[in-house]
Amino acid sequence: MHEYAITILGRDRPGIIAEATAILAGLGLNLTDSTMTRLRGHFAMTLVCAGEPAAAEVERAVGPMGADLVVTVRELGPEPEPEPAGGHYVLSLHGADRLGIVAAVTRILADVGGNITDLTTRLAGDLYVLVAEVDLPSTVEIETVTARLDAAAGELGVDAALRPAEVDVL
Amino acid sequence: MIPLEAGTVRAVVRAPSTVLGRAGDPVDPTDPDVLALAADLVATMRVSPGCVGLAAPQVGESVRVFVIDVTGHPKTRTCHGLVALCNAAVASASQWRPGREGCLSVPDLTGDVRRAGRVVVAGQVPGTGEALELTTDAFEARALQHEIDHCDGLLFLDRVPGAHAVHARKVYL
Repeated sequence: MHEYAITILGRDRPGIIAEATAILAGLGLNLTDSTMTRLRGHFAMTLVCAGEPAAAEVERAVGPMGADLVVTVRELGPEPEPEPAGGHYVLSLHGADRLGIVAAVTRILADVGGNITDLTTRLAGDLYVLVAEVDLPSTVEIETVTARLDAAAGELGVDAALRPAEVDVL
Repeated sequence: MIPLEAGTVRAVVRAPSTVLGRAGDPVDPTDPDVLALAADLVATMRVSPGCVGLAAPQVGESVRVFVIDVTGHPKTRTCHGLVALCNAAVASASQWRPGREGCLSVPDLTGDVRRAGRVVVAGQVPGTGEALELTTDAFEARALQHEIDHCDGLLFLDRVPGAHAVHARKVYL
């Protein structure tokens, strides 16, 4: 059994997902986790799939999609061990667009060992919006991180808030 | 009549399972088997860490029975303690707000779901069959809507507002 990470990127048009997933299903590759979204008129698919075909066979099968799309296939190693539980937070930020917003705030999180598990940014006119899901080690003092983010947000002229990603188990 | 606290712990059904996607049948609330089922739901809820509610489809029974108890939860405002209801439905709902939910039957995922912050729920008490109307809010309202959804064959996954509203669950209680 092989596991592959496949990325497909290109100008959006109807049918990209249908074509790609039909090729993978035809190879006997089972789609597991994926994210597929439109980024300023371009369609971006990142997916993980598993099955018996060898890498060369997968590349050959998805190759024709490369006519108008950028397609990459990479075989993955064994799944990493689950990380120890820490604190789970959502970072939301919005403000006037400028260079370096993402670099500045993600550096603060990385410096304390924070791991971003999901991040989306959108530019709408001059408004820049960032939403990220962040795992922070249990040893991190959240007040310290918040203070550093507030300071960075002040310098960048944006509003940022870090709040616990609360889950209600019902 | 057996007390609600004298049930037996049952195995919890996990998705994918057809019973979780099927609307439950109405029950006769005075049927002793229905009372016994409610007691089993209480026993199973009590031994499941962090669990504040459980519906019959979650133990494999496709009927409209559930229990909740949000006592002591930090998000609880109005609290009716242990509640068991048959054939319950939401009579009125307002103050809709989003929240992230998890479920014993979907242990590896969470989802962002809008629920009413104030509800009136009408149902019947297992055992006596007495009609009961609950007016509540906040966390108890959310728990009631989640369990009534189970009785309707719906999971929180059926209510997520968009493609980016389902998350890997990271905290196991």
